[in-house]
Amino acid sequence: MTLVPPELAATVLERALSRGGDMAELYAEARGGFAISLDDRRVERPQRGRERGACVRVVLGDSTYYGHVDGLAEQDLLRVAASVADAVRGDAREPAALQSPVTGARHDVAIPPEEVEAARKAELLRACDERARAAGAEVAQVRIGYGETQRQIEVFGSDGRAAADDRTRIRLTAQVVARGDGRVETGTDTRGGHAGWELLDESPEDVAGTAARRALTLLDAVDAPTGRLPVVVGNAFGGVLLHEAVGHGLEADAIQKDASIYAGRLGEQLAPAFVTAYDDGSRPNEWGSEGVDDEGTPTRRTTIIEEGRLTSYLYDLLRARKEGVESTGNGRRESFRHVPAPRMTNTFFAPGDATPEDLIAGVERGLYAVSFGGGQVEPATGDFVFGVSEGYLIENGRVTAPVRGATLVGNGLEALRQIDGIAADLEIATGYCGKGGQTVPAGVGQPHVRIRELTVGGTAA
Amino acid sequence: MRLEGSARRAVEEALASGASDADAWVEESTTRRVRVYAGEVEGLSDAGAHGIGVRAFVGQRAGYAYGTDLSDDGLAEVARAAREAAELADEDEYAGLPDETGTSDVDGLASAEFGSWSTEQIVELTLEVDRAARSPQGITQVENSIYADAQGSVALANSRGLASSYRATQAWAYSSAFAGAGADLMTGLGVGMGRDPGELDPEAIGLEAAERALALVGARQPASRRCPVVLDAFVAASFIGFIGAMASADAVQRGRSLFAGREGEEVADPALRLADVGSEPDGPSSAPFDGEGTPTRSTPLIEDGRLLGFLYDSRTARKAGGSSTGNAGRGSYRTPPSVGTTNLVVEAGELELAELAARVGEGLYVTDVAGLHSGVNPVSGTFSVGASGRLIENGEFGTPVREITIASDLVSMLKAVRFVGSEARWVPFGGSVKTPPLMVAEMALSGS
Repeated sequence: MTLVPPELAATVLERALSRGGDMAELYAEARGGFAISLDDRRVERPQRGRERGACVRVVLGDSTYYGHVDGLAEQDLLRVAASVADAVRGDAREPAALQSPVTGARHDVAIPPEEVEAARKAELLRACDERARAAGAEVAQVRIGYGETQRQIEVFGSDGRAAADDRTRIRLTAQVVARGDGRVETGTDTRGGHAGWELLDESPEDVAGTAARRALTLLDAVDAPTGRLPVVVGNAFGGVLLHEAVGHGLEADAIQKDASIYAGRLGEQLAPAFVTAYDDGSRPNEWGSEGVDDEGTPTRRTTIIEEGRLTSYLYDLLRARKEGVESTGNGRRESFRHVPAPRMTNTFFAPGDATPEDLIAGVERGLYAVSFGGGQVEPATGDFVFGVSEGYLIENGRVTAPVRGATLVGNGLEALRQIDGIAADLEIATGYCGKGGQTVPAGVGQPHVRIRELTVGGTAA
Repeated sequence: MRLEGSARRAVEEALASGASDADAWVEESTTRRVRVYAGEVEGLSDAGAHGIGVRAFVGQRAGYAYGTDLSDDGLAEVARAAREAAELADEDEYAGLPDETGTSDVDGLASAEFGSWSTEQIVELTLEVDRAARSPQGITQVENSIYADAQGSVALANSRGLASSYRATQAWAYSSAFAGAGADLMTGLGVGMGRDPGELDPEAIGLEAAERALALVGARQPASRRCPVVLDAFVAASFIGFIGAMASADAVQRGRSLFAGREGEEVADPALRLADVGSEPDGPSSAPFDGEGTPTRSTPLIEDGRLLGFLYDSRTARKAGGSSTGNAGRGSYRTPPSVGTTNLVVEAGELELAELAARVGEGLYVTDVAGLHSGVNPVSGTFSVGASGRLIENGEFGTPVREITIASDLVSMLKAVRFVGSEARWVPFGGSVKTPPLMVAEMALSGS
């Protein structure tokens, strides 16, 4: 089923360029979703939504003019194209003839979630609740969330480009609160992907079990140490460190405004030679994967760090054009109500040879940061902060007591230089990345990584 | 009015498809956005949006659906989807429409001047913000200066006969300036907001961005210590946002708030007075009624050091045996109503910022925090967040500092607030908050 007939798309583009512009684009989208949650032993907030709309943008020099509209009716699209063109001051241009649409990398969905009976989703929540509560008497609160989204998109450009993509994502999350000895701790876990219900075929309740284990572990936690320490960062969600401390600084909008610590450093040796990292939106069925990006460029694997050298930034069409390079397929947007910007897809360190145990064995006194609650970076300076949601002390090469309240503070360039070991256990987790008021699903991942020294801000005085 | 008609129609459709009760929320808005970089317009948009959200009850079960199609067929489809969703929920004895609906008297939500501002004028305003941010010596770049505004209407109808609507306008601008370069680059943010562009002071917004960046030039990582801290209004607002979330009756009833079971108890220093104010005209989140039609009001939360009460929607009020405080929030038509803060207001004190620093003697002035979402555990209240600012030396603002964390827990922090500054302002952090700077007796600062 198509959203916009190509003839109508051509007319919209022609209207959009009626007062000039280097490029015009029509982005159409039909999005829908279903979500349901369980809290306090009760299934609640069942919710279904459907939205359709389009965004038209015209680029002239360094300026972008855009508008969006709810609905995909012919008069809506023509009206928004005319109103965008109104703001442009130039001579009319003719769009190129539209090519046949590309669809990019495939991400097969075996069982479309919308075909699974909703009652089964409610059952899944109850099973997760039971699993979490069975983990220990101290489990006090369990919150489980299930969500599925479908996004059908079409993109048409005045350069003749046409593309379409169907995206289905599902995600299961668990948050468990444990109480004991006057202490309250929270554990979380998630499973998700650009995939269908098949993702939950194998023991989905484990997500709740893991969240419960994390909360219970923290009940015995000691205050986090303070100071400069070696840190072993866990796989999967540990990759949020790469995402925040490096990835954001490689997005070409920050680079071109010289608002990134990585600007002008292509080719520089930023990390030891055993460090390689990718952004890969084509990785099958991964959370941040798509067939084409939101400008119609097929997703691909981009090597951002190769054997320690900085090899590529991440581009959308606008920033690529400015530098005379190709888009890397990183032009993403939250919805038809937004314009694209360079955004990461799935960003991760390539696996090395070590085992996590090897990395830990080499640390006399340090921190094992298994998972983060999130993080933040100032791309202009590279300074970052991460909250450690599950962490342990490392003493004499062994993992000992769990710690609470640890924060990692540092600088991206410095942290890259300090990497001194990478394990083989690559795994990718499901993140949501916010930037410029837009939130997109982003895969974060890595194998276990050891950093020689980072500032750990703890609660212990 | 047209939107009320759509809302009424959706409610009728929900009842026709088998719902026992229903409400419908309809929104329509237009937004404009200008983005300036290096003295040139980098982005300009003008966009419209609309949507409807229907909450349907089948007995004591509640379901929700939303959509963008406001045609008769579209409304019917959303209403039916909401009724079908309700079948999936477990019974909830407290679910239902509010017992009491109405509107509070809030004037001035929509500015009459708003419509007279042309695209050219708001572009000029944004350029002015940008020029001001770049003007002071030492500013190396302005990352961007952004102006955005919105005007819109919302309507709410329910199956007990409620049909009501209101219109609101809003304008805001901000700028992000850089001072220094390379490893010594520091950033600063300036913000302003109002009901129309005329309420914004473009020069003040730009200069604030520049001054905040310049104040941090040459920042270094200081040694770890425990010391008194002054939080500027931006930072104080972020923390106040977490305190407001703890006052949610929903969080309290689900055992997810540190305030659970502490109503009437001493939770803060008497210097701190905090209220949720949903009906003050200059509050960005003010409205005549909340997301389910209860009139908004002012709810005192902390006075004389005591926790006076919580924030309720109709469901949590029913469960507690009280009445709604008009805090059923709606993020947009995409989300069902749930308990949320409106505008959090910290009552201003007597001391100007310089006097707060003088009281501190030796300590830290925090002008920026990072990593709040990962660094604050809203359940246990412990936090450790990244920060930058300046040391307070000899009662005056001294050496700029960065790459530090400040740690404490929310309850200890509330009790440690010693002085409240006199310069209160609205800030778009922590939700919608009006607060002056706060002086806190002690926090753990971790640096080198």
